[in-house]
Amino acid sequence: MAPDGAPHIRIAGLTKTYGDVVAVDGIDLEVRAGEFFTMLGPSGSGKTTTLRMIAGFEIPDSGVIELAGEDVSRLPPYDRPVNTVFQDYALFPHMTVQQNVEYGLMVKKVRKGERRERAEQALGMVQLTGYGARKPAQLSGGQRQRVALARAIVNRPKVLLLDEPLGALDLKLRQEMQIELKSIQREVGITFVYVTHDQEEALTMSDRVAVFNHGRIEQVGPPADVYEHPQSEFIAGFVGVSNVLERDGRRLTVRPEKINLLEDGREPQPGWHVEPGVIRDVQYVGPVTRYHVTLDRGGELQVLAQNLEEGSSQVLEAKGRRTRVEWRPGQESVIDEEGGTE
Amino acid sequence: MTSVSIAEPPPRPGPGRRLSTFFFRHPRVRLWTLLALPVLWLGVVYIGSLLVLLLSAFWTADPFTAKLVHEFTLDNFRRVIETPVYRDVAFRTIRMAALVTLACAVLAFPLAYYMARIASTRTRNLLVVAVLMPLWGSYLVKAYAWRTILSGEGAINWALGPFGVSFNGFSNTGLWLVFTYLWLPFMVLPIYAGLERIPQSLLEASSDLGGRSVRTFFRVTLPLVFPAVVAGSIFTFSLTLGDYIAPTLISSDQFIGTVIYREYGTALPFAAAYAMVPIVVIVAYLLVARKLKAFESL
Repeated sequence: MAPDGAPHIRIAGLTKTYGDVVAVDGIDLEVRAGEFFTMLGPSGSGKTTTLRMIAGFEIPDSGVIELAGEDVSRLPPYDRPVNTVFQDYALFPHMTVQQNVEYGLMVKKVRKGERRERAEQALGMVQLTGYGARKPAQLSGGQRQRVALARAIVNRPKVLLLDEPLGALDLKLRQEMQIELKSIQREVGITFVYVTHDQEEALTMSDRVAVFNHGRIEQVGPPADVYEHPQSEFIAGFVGVSNVLERDGRRLTVRPEKINLLEDGREPQPGWHVEPGVIRDVQYVGPVTRYHVTLDRGGELQVLAQNLEEGSSQVLEAKGRRTRVEWRPGQESVIDEEGGTE
Repeated sequence: MTSVSIAEPPPRPGPGRRLSTFFFRHPRVRLWTLLALPVLWLGVVYIGSLLVLLLSAFWTADPFTAKLVHEFTLDNFRRVIETPVYRDVAFRTIRMAALVTLACAVLAFPLAYYMARIASTRTRNLLVVAVLMPLWGSYLVKAYAWRTILSGEGAINWALGPFGVSFNGFSNTGLWLVFTYLWLPFMVLPIYAGLERIPQSLLEASSDLGGRSVRTFFRVTLPLVFPAVVAGSIFTFSLTLGDYIAPTLISSDQFIGTVIYREYGTALPFAAAYAMVPIVVIVAYLLVARKLKAFESL
């Protein structure tokens, strides 16, 4: 582990273009040792290209990538102390699970006994003890994903890079794997750099999140910061729903679950911000109901209310009614006019 | 105004539509309509001719009239196995087929690798056309062209002349060159397809895990593309084994094809028996190839 406070990965002025397309447009980033760091963004935002440059599959046009203080920007992948879990798993189809996991150790000429032992241990960590003799084709998607993870962590890299590793799994399995990935990360203490376009995944697992857009980073911070206080309209919309209003010349956003619908005749809570409007649409989503409220002062808000007592027929009746919304001061975030982070 | 009726009576279906409906309701009839012609062709013309060949190998020919005598005998097979000349010819042909296959593989691999993994799309398409181009020309034209190239006054001897070396083109070495030229495309294309099918991420994974290019090649690329090489070798091997025109034009030695061609006129049953040799060799070759999982990449 790097000394406290020192960044484990330091990226400065990183750019990469393909022809006319600027994939990564001057990125600065610091990742701490042992951190679960997520690069979140829509497709084409530059997050995967950045990851591939850290891995060494792409060489940056300009800029520096330092791993534990060493400049690796122009080293080939096999000379970097990082390992990658690929989106398509990239397991070698002609090798058994055991051979796949041992591949990195074999390349580094680790002797056979130790190789066996470490591969066993890694397979145990991903709960695949006893699967060593199988071929990747005989495994389910979730199991392949675990083998890919074992094959990477068995090498004890300084940094583990994960490129949308759960993208191909179904929702249930994905949620299970999110929890498991996080606990494995705690167990091995390796720095994880995780790429995803799924905001929920990013919020669930990360210590910090960097939100990418158009080859740049719009905001970096702990999940709660990014979610509660988005610094741009893009982030407000991408990490959640946008809910942007213009009031007194400022643009601001409020998260839908922070807003209350006031029932008729109820007094607003003292000091809270109140606005009248009309419920334009209602969507019943099981545990919650989503209301789309058009405000008299202009703009529209989404409001999320838990269905504590109400059934679907009751909430759906609210469509077209007049209502008032309220939220506690401070729940809104002011968005910079240009949508930047300054 | 009158209201529009949604449930208008459907128009009477035309004959095309009725035929479609009939086929839809009778999937088996549909299947046989599709396959009748090729099954007839394969069953009667293709398999039938092979069976007649096999059958005639058990007959004899009258030595004076060359007419077939329909009497069951194993003499032809005995002659094939016991006559040293025919054994030598068979081994010479098999050796030639093996050497041609080897040469094709050695030439085709780097070319296919360049096409599949390095070349730009434009260059790749150009190369695919270039590789296929010889197949558009007539076989005979190419074989005669090679006769000219290999002759005493041909291009090869002209190029070797200044070094004081001369090359006897009308030899088995010359024949080997001609075969390698003729069958190379059949090796390039399967290997190219096999290499193209290997996902880039597998090669990246290997280098990510510390494997340099050489190791990645021998541990990942080669094992994965090997079935494609075997698939290509089936073409080069069997085409060489059965050919009789190139040996007739280039070499003075006998090969399986030339022996069959020569015997066919006077001793058809023996020619048929001898034709079983390449068939048996190919079947054995295919069995080995299947063991090597070559058919998964055809």
